[in-house]
Amino acid sequence: MNAKLIFKDKTEFEGKSFGADTPVSGEVVFATGMVGYPEALTDPSFRGQILVMTYPLVGNYGVPREDLWESKEIQVAGLIVSSYIDTPSHSTSEMTLGEWFRKQNVPLFEIKDTRALAEKLRDGGAMLGKMIVGKKDIPFVDPNIRNLSAEVSTKEMLTFGEGEKTVVVIDCGTKMNIARRFASRGVKVVVVPWDTDVTKLDFVVDGVLISNGPGDPKKVTATIANVKKILAKKIPILGICLGNQILALAAGGNTYKLKFGHRSQNQPAVLSGTNQAYLTTQNHGFAVGKIPSGFREWFVNGNDGTNEGIIHKSLPIMSVQFHPESSPGPLDTDWIFDYFLEKANLLKK
Amino acid sequence: MATSKTTMKKDSQKNHTAKFKKVLVLGSGALKIGEAGEFDYSGSQAIKALKEEGIKCILINPNIATFQTSKELADEVYFLPVNPYFVEKVIAKEKPDGIMLSFGGQTALNCGLALEEKGILKKHNVAVLGTPVASIDLTEDRQLFADHLRALGIPTAPSGAATNFEDALRIGHQIGFPLMVRAAFALGGQKSGIAHDDAELKEIVDGALAIAPQVLVEKYLHHFKEIEYEVVRDRFDNTVTVCNMENFDPLGIHTGDSIVIAPSQTLNNFEYHGLREASIRIVKSLGIVGECNVQYALNPNPKEGELDYFVIEVNARLSRSSALASKATGYPLAYVAAKLALGKSLLEIKNKITQVTQSFFEPALDYVVVKFPRWDLDKFVGADVKIGSAMKSVGEVMAIGRNFEEAMQKAVRMQSGATESVTDNGFVDKNEVRRFLETPTPKRLFAITESMKDGMSVDTIHDITGVDRWFLYRLEVIVRAELALEKTKKLDKETMLSLKRLGFSDKKIGQVIGKTEFDVRKTRKQFKILPSIFQIDTLAGEVPAKTNYLYLTYHGNHNDVKPLGKNAIMVLGSGPYHIGSSVEFDWSCVNAALALKKHKKESIVINCNPETVSTDYDMSDRLYFENLSFETVADIYEFENSGGLVISVGGQRPNNLARKLSKEKFHILGTTAQNIDRAEDRNAFSALLDKLNILQPKWQSFSTLEEAEKFAEIEGYPVLVRPSYVLSGAAMSVCYTKAQLHNFIGKAAILGPEHPVTISKFVENAKELEFDAVAQNGEVMVYGISEHVENAGVHSGDATIVFPTQRVYASTESQIREISKKIAKELSITGPFNIQFLVKDNKPSVIEVNLRASRTFPMLSKAMDVNFPEMAVDSFFGKAKPHTFVYPKSVIVKSPQFSFSRLLGADPILRVEMSSTGEVACFGKDYDEALLKSIMSAHTFDFRKKSVLLSLGGLVNKAKFLESAKLLNALGYKLYATENTAEFLNEQGVETTMVRKAYEDSPNFLDLMHSREVAFVVNLSQTASMKKEKEGEKQLTDGFQIRRAAVDNQVPLFTDLHLGRAFIKALSNYQIDDLEIKSYKEYLGITQ
Repeated sequence: MNAKLIFKDKTEFEGKSFGADTPVSGEVVFATGMVGYPEALTDPSFRGQILVMTYPLVGNYGVPREDLWESKEIQVAGLIVSSYIDTPSHSTSEMTLGEWFRKQNVPLFEIKDTRALAEKLRDGGAMLGKMIVGKKDIPFVDPNIRNLSAEVSTKEMLTFGEGEKTVVVIDCGTKMNIARRFASRGVKVVVVPWDTDVTKLDFVVDGVLISNGPGDPKKVTATIANVKKILAKKIPILGICLGNQILALAAGGNTYKLKFGHRSQNQPAVLSGTNQAYLTTQNHGFAVGKIPSGFREWFVNGNDGTNEGIIHKSLPIMSVQFHPESSPGPLDTDWIFDYFLEKANLLKK
Repeated sequence: MATSKTTMKKDSQKNHTAKFKKVLVLGSGALKIGEAGEFDYSGSQAIKALKEEGIKCILINPNIATFQTSKELADEVYFLPVNPYFVEKVIAKEKPDGIMLSFGGQTALNCGLALEEKGILKKHNVAVLGTPVASIDLTEDRQLFADHLRALGIPTAPSGAATNFEDALRIGHQIGFPLMVRAAFALGGQKSGIAHDDAELKEIVDGALAIAPQVLVEKYLHHFKEIEYEVVRDRFDNTVTVCNMENFDPLGIHTGDSIVIAPSQTLNNFEYHGLREASIRIVKSLGIVGECNVQYALNPNPKEGELDYFVIEVNARLSRSSALASKATGYPLAYVAAKLALGKSLLEIKNKITQVTQSFFEPALDYVVVKFPRWDLDKFVGADVKIGSAMKSVGEVMAIGRNFEEAMQKAVRMQSGATESVTDNGFVDKNEVRRFLETPTPKRLFAITESMKDGMSVDTIHDITGVDRWFLYRLEVIVRAELALEKTKKLDKETMLSLKRLGFSDKKIGQVIGKTEFDVRKTRKQFKILPSIFQIDTLAGEVPAKTNYLYLTYHGNHNDVKPLGKNAIMVLGSGPYHIGSSVEFDWSCVNAALALKKHKKESIVINCNPETVSTDYDMSDRLYFENLSFETVADIYEFENSGGLVISVGGQRPNNLARKLSKEKFHILGTTAQNIDRAEDRNAFSALLDKLNILQPKWQSFSTLEEAEKFAEIEGYPVLVRPSYVLSGAAMSVCYTKAQLHNFIGKAAILGPEHPVTISKFVENAKELEFDAVAQNGEVMVYGISEHVENAGVHSGDATIVFPTQRVYASTESQIREISKKIAKELSITGPFNIQFLVKDNKPSVIEVNLRASRTFPMLSKAMDVNFPEMAVDSFFGKAKPHTFVYPKSVIVKSPQFSFSRLLGADPILRVEMSSTGEVACFGKDYDEALLKSIMSAHTFDFRKKSVLLSLGGLVNKAKFLESAKLLNALGYKLYATENTAEFLNEQGVETTMVRKAYEDSPNFLDLMHSREVAFVVNLSQTASMKKEKEGEKQLTDGFQIRRAAVDNQVPLFTDLHLGRAFIKALSNYQIDDLEIKSYKEYLGITQ
């Protein structure tokens, strides 16, 4: 059937549908990572977005079991690839990518010239678009006006791992690997809904992680307010991605929207004031502008100089714009978890 | 836990506090199997990086045909052997404060290790830049390295090192068969193999210990995947993996002989990043500063959640893979590695492609790359066609596409120039297909697709070959598309587009539906199906890039660039390196592209060989990493609306396009296609020579065996037989008897009215001379005449060549000049050309004319200090000025480099068919001195060894060699000889010790060769070509065994009387200490 990607500026790209025939609307973004599509597609930070993958062959190793995903479902609104591979080959493959998308009712298009799409989005910035199969049309929807964190956050408290110390993950759209990285270090992890007032929990909170998540950080006002309370109590904090922006906002800094964001697995994060650089996975459309007082720049992007993290001058409170939990992407900054736990004095003795 | 703060960092930082003023770079010498043009690329990049920093640069490399040895690049170039003796001499003279060992392959690395071990670097206060020697040492010693990895928690296959067979057997039994056996400190997996039992183990271990002090015996991992990472690290411990690659073939095939795809296709995030992290850990632990590659074996079916892998090998230097990775990603690895070696951080080095980002990143590809090796195994009599853990290919191509099918089909076409598709093959029956499916050879890919056509399932093929199903499914898509087209023969727009997206060429589509490629092209253009031009920008379009690095794809509907228009001239490169077409053509190509600037033209280079300098992003205004086929060249020409094409600097491949390109009315610069045709068509050319009263060897074209026999009987044997269009003597042979003639023609199977074969009188004992020149409108502007040391009958690519001529009458040279002028005039030559002359009794006759740059262009250009390709470009625009020949102050000798030691079973003998893989050339104050240096650059000749082995077939050879034998005796050499030769020499009063034949009891000549006391071997056959003609029959004659023993033990071997005599004469005039250490500029008389 006739499959079309239609942009808000009325440009259209024809393709072939391999997923569900459901029409969707969202913000069209592109990502340049070459591996890790099951992880990326289940990353809640992509909520509301139509994702264009610039690596042209997608589907090569099928889809693994659910416990290897980053959340319980496909999070992208729709996926666009240049060549969809329907003949996966891998020992962990449970189904094809197409089957997965059809099962989860998400559209998947093959549009040959994804490079043209990337160039369009690069030059014009992220843009609203919709994926339409056949005749059934829908209006354009801007996901950034919604509180997307509320949509993707867990509705109930979840516990992972065991340990004497407890880290609470404020789930604004967390990737499962964040909990896994803590749990693997002997820390008990409690994942709570995005708007939970952590200071009111009935157990001892030794540290807080403000998770990644989709959309504009300024929309998650409840979390920002709660983080202010946590800051007041000087509970150790680690923020990741959206968490970096939320921490900055809660502490008195500000954020702004990037032209087309960072969505790749090859972003250089430089430890400020050193010549140490780390390769990181990133997935964000907003960035920290003004660094709040009491904090200093922790990391900076080696390419465009944007903020990649802030750290409190004296307290164990810090955040990074990149994804130290990777999945997908390079494992270079896994040490951030150790660093945080050490500074917060939460490491198993 | 910032794990990156390791202790190694401090070690490597120490070396870099000094500012370097003068740095010595070691090159890799001649091209050989396992060490090819990639090191011209890496060395050139390193030199550029040094010069940017204002550092004086000294280069030692006897490879005259390289770009890196250009006068304009390094401050001083020494055309000398890359061995500790000569390098120390250069160090003593030039007094550099730093040395770079990682840019000249294993040759430079081994030389550097020896210099360090001997304390030479310390003595002269020379610091090793980049990776410390201790780390290199560690990676080169297999056992130490395995221990090191184990300590890091990185798995290596169960293994052990042995220095004799008994130990190897003991280790082998502990691990259990099958076993992988490798030689330590050897290039390209030389002498390694898989052993299934004690006997095989013994064979491999003995072979390996003949060339290396140590072997490593390890578990053979059946059908594991083979994955490779290219890593760079700076001295601040910042580390990235620039590229990962996956082999199409499972473990067991040397990566140089594997079809390789980048990035990996079948690895998930866990595997990709798990191996990446391991690579980084290894590289950091070694304190690498610069480039390093890590190769892994990966279990495709591991236990739940495990990453089951082993490290196979680490190369702490630039390698063939790094050249490939560099071209595949656009990340200039060698340039960056050189900057890192100087102490810079990755963050300081700008990304030259994007111009906005820096070098600490990992390229994101939005395309796939397929590397395909180029083998020439059929050029070697007796060579085993099986491929395995020892590399046999002589070159490679790289194809870029938006899917695997497109890239793979491109690669197949690029690789041979004659194969149109992955489905093209010459299999005769099902048994043959099955055999090639089961045994890895260069034909395996084609056996796979043929089996698919025959209905074999992907699963079955996977079980037999171990090739991952992912690749097989993709190939099946191609096969099915072809079968469908075969059935319907219907070519509508949709079918055409989908076939083009699967990488089918117009010609292949035409073959399937019974049309010409021109018909299909016309239809395709009517459908408006044209390839898109995409950039390689390192960041998958994330950042606007001003890159000139381009490829074509049918998976697009836009172009990243706009046409350059009429002011841009296209220069066609040479394609893959192979026997007969090597770095010399790339040199001409690069120089032509650079020369266009002088004429205010923009240059567009097309080439598909990742081992070249012409495919560097900074050599041209635009680079298309594409095939040199008519279809691709035409598509690019039409898109660019180009002002013209240069087809005469890239060797025979682009030259062969002349007719088709001119048929389409494309503008070819220089000599017209009609005249190129007149020179290449034997009948037309023969008539032309007759018309000009120029002598030529008697010849005839025939299409039946009877005609050939008649010719041979009238003219007399021996005769030379060959097809009409010749490249590097392919399928050419000298026949001495009627039986040989029958046998050869039967074997070649090329006889028929459409494929006439020419037969000519083979003139014995004649000299061969080369005339290289550039002409403008039929007037010769510059020329050089060089002389073959060997008599005619040795392919010009295998000949030792000297300039200026040494044994040629002035009157002969004058005749040659006149003849050449006449030919230039008659063919209205504009641009480069080469004429081969045969001279007997002071009478030159013309063998052939090539209206293109020849193999000898770089040597002559460098010896005469006239840039022939630049002059050719001048001539295209009518701007060439006649050059006055100045008699040179020095002599230059070019020697061929053979790779027989890499090719099991191949007979190392010189014939009319070319078999050398590379060449070197050295200057000297006279012929003798230049010859010695040149031979020492291509062989490991040791002056201290004072015995030789002689085996002289036939009375004539014995008699002609007598004086040389006496000379050797007088020089204090102990002579060993085979029975008849010893008898003869003793009778003549030359004291000689007889050695027994190989099959006789010890001590026989094999023992003598193993003893390593022999300095060189002279083996002359009565009539070389008489012995090898029986098809399929293994030649185990004494001569063959002696020759094989020589190359297997790395002892210089002379199979030509004239070269052997010249060498011995040179030895009588020079000791090693007498050899001058003079730079290229000193030879030219250019003082600083």
